[in-house]
Amino acid sequence: MMLAMLGEAWRAMGANRLRTFLTMLGMVIGVGAVVLMMSIGQGAQYAIKQSISAMGSNLFILLAGHTSSGGVRSASGGGHTLTVEDAEAIGELPGIQSVAPIHPGSAQVIYGPNNWNTSIIGSTPGYLDARSWTIDTGSAFTDSDVRSATRVALIGKTAAENLFGDEDPVGKTIRIRQSPFVILGTLGVKGQSMDGRDQDDTLIIPLTTAQRQVFGTEFPGSVRMIMAQTTTQEIMPTVEKDMTALLRQRHRLRVGMDDDFFLRNLTAVADSAEESTRVMSMLLGAIASVSLLVGGIGIMNIMLVSVTERTREIGIRMAIGARERDILMQFLLEAIIISVAGCFIGLLLGIGGALMVEALTGTMVIISLSSVMVAFGVAATVGIFFGFYPARKAARLDPIEALRYQ
Amino acid sequence: MADSVIRIEGLNKSYETSAGLFPALKDVSLDIATGEFVAIMGPSGSGKSTFMNILGCLDKPTSGRYLLDGRSVVEYGKDELAGLRNRTIGFVFQGFNLLQRMSLLDNVALPLIYCGVEHSERQRRSHELLARVGLEKLAGSMPNKISGGQQQRVAIARALINNPRLLLADEPTGNLDSHTGEEIMNLFESLNREGITIVLVTHEENIARHAQRQVRFFDGDIVSDQPTSITEATA
Repeated sequence: MMLAMLGEAWRAMGANRLRTFLTMLGMVIGVGAVVLMMSIGQGAQYAIKQSISAMGSNLFILLAGHTSSGGVRSASGGGHTLTVEDAEAIGELPGIQSVAPIHPGSAQVIYGPNNWNTSIIGSTPGYLDARSWTIDTGSAFTDSDVRSATRVALIGKTAAENLFGDEDPVGKTIRIRQSPFVILGTLGVKGQSMDGRDQDDTLIIPLTTAQRQVFGTEFPGSVRMIMAQTTTQEIMPTVEKDMTALLRQRHRLRVGMDDDFFLRNLTAVADSAEESTRVMSMLLGAIASVSLLVGGIGIMNIMLVSVTERTREIGIRMAIGARERDILMQFLLEAIIISVAGCFIGLLLGIGGALMVEALTGTMVIISLSSVMVAFGVAATVGIFFGFYPARKAARLDPIEALRYQ
Repeated sequence: MADSVIRIEGLNKSYETSAGLFPALKDVSLDIATGEFVAIMGPSGSGKSTFMNILGCLDKPTSGRYLLDGRSVVEYGKDELAGLRNRTIGFVFQGFNLLQRMSLLDNVALPLIYCGVEHSERQRRSHELLARVGLEKLAGSMPNKISGGQQQRVAIARALINNPRLLLADEPTGNLDSHTGEEIMNLFESLNREGITIVLVTHEENIARHAQRQVRFFDGDIVSDQPTSITEATA
């Protein structure tokens, strides 16, 4: 029965190929646009997510407050208000997973005949956890390295390539400001940060070594920066309050006095970037959906014409025993076949287009199963929705009137 | 008559027109027995087409009784009427009414789709019926490639595919030349001999002559109902 109906629909569509094709084209363009737009949008979202996870998730950054001497104010982090003890106290707060005091800087690094200026981060082993940074080869330094300020270093991929070329850096000795450092391990690749900086062009050394032997500091024990990671994203607002209260207490700040530190929630920044791309991709999808709607209206239009044109045929079918639901099904099937076939072609074109965009512009695109399913579902729904009215109109025809129709 | 195929009692049908209610059929009663071959005649506007539409379950009377095969069909719903048109009644039209996009084979098989017969069985029976009207060699042709007489034969084959008890023909020879018309009438006669009840509408006397009984309509009522032999004698 159903098979016979399908055959009928196929025949009817084949009878007017150009018209069928043009009707289908509306769906093709609609679905193609939805898939393409969603792929680009999801690609952008993914790229943002990537850079967030490269930075490390659920991160707070604490910077020391600025100093002012004689009216000249230093940059934030220029003061000496944060201490290693502050970092340790923060580590005791509930919800904190890892904490790392940081002394950043940069220096010329020498290995054999090569030299390279790179960023040097003085920190504790907790830094690797906080930034979800992995060790590629070798091993990380430990808390005892930090305590005894040993001259060891972890090296990022870019820095390693520039100093060692193809050589394996692990176990080799480099010189930073005349002091020899042994490379303990190489860091996993992190790629670009959100502001485009190469995060792999770096060396990580124990905090104490950085402070005492490389950069020096007027106030031993003070740090420029503390990085703290919470266990989940949900508790970040609570932890933020706790942290501020703790530091104000530790720094003996009275009510009404400004904080002498800056607390930044990096995830919030990243989240808003992700949110804005999500909104953008939804917007693109919505605009593309309008063309899907227009395609649906095109189907309805053509089906109405088709019903009028085939009034006599409907009358004949009714006279030889077609019930209302047989006629309804015949026209509905036709509309659904047109929309689903159009959808299928549209999917192929949309996916093809997305891959072409990726190849030509290098923009990341993601063709997700969900966007394909959504497009397909919407197309089938559009077919049923816009096909139903014409089909019902056909089914409700009076057989005598329909037979008389010329 | 216990074995009436059609029993009609006090049938009325009126249409709403701008000039008021127009009575197309006035208190018509008629019995048609199994195996009869009846010609319905009358000038245009006499109500014979309206009467045929009601006989064919395409239209419903305003009042009166219509028993088809012993069942009162006046109360039937649309789907049940469609079922009757599919299985109990076969239709033959003046304009043949074949679907132009389909082969003759598919045209003949079309009614079987609506009662859920399998594809292979549909094909088999369609071939069988085409053979019966002498067109099995043209099974794959399209309707616009064959003559009017052949098209009407195909239409008759389509009407017969579900083994109906009743064959209704509305001016079946109206679009045919007299020679081809005779051939079609001969086909009807042989079908009637096989036991199928036939009711046909015509305004041509020499076509009506093939029937055993002639019923004349005038102004919405039956004015005469006689066996053909008597009509011939008085003519």
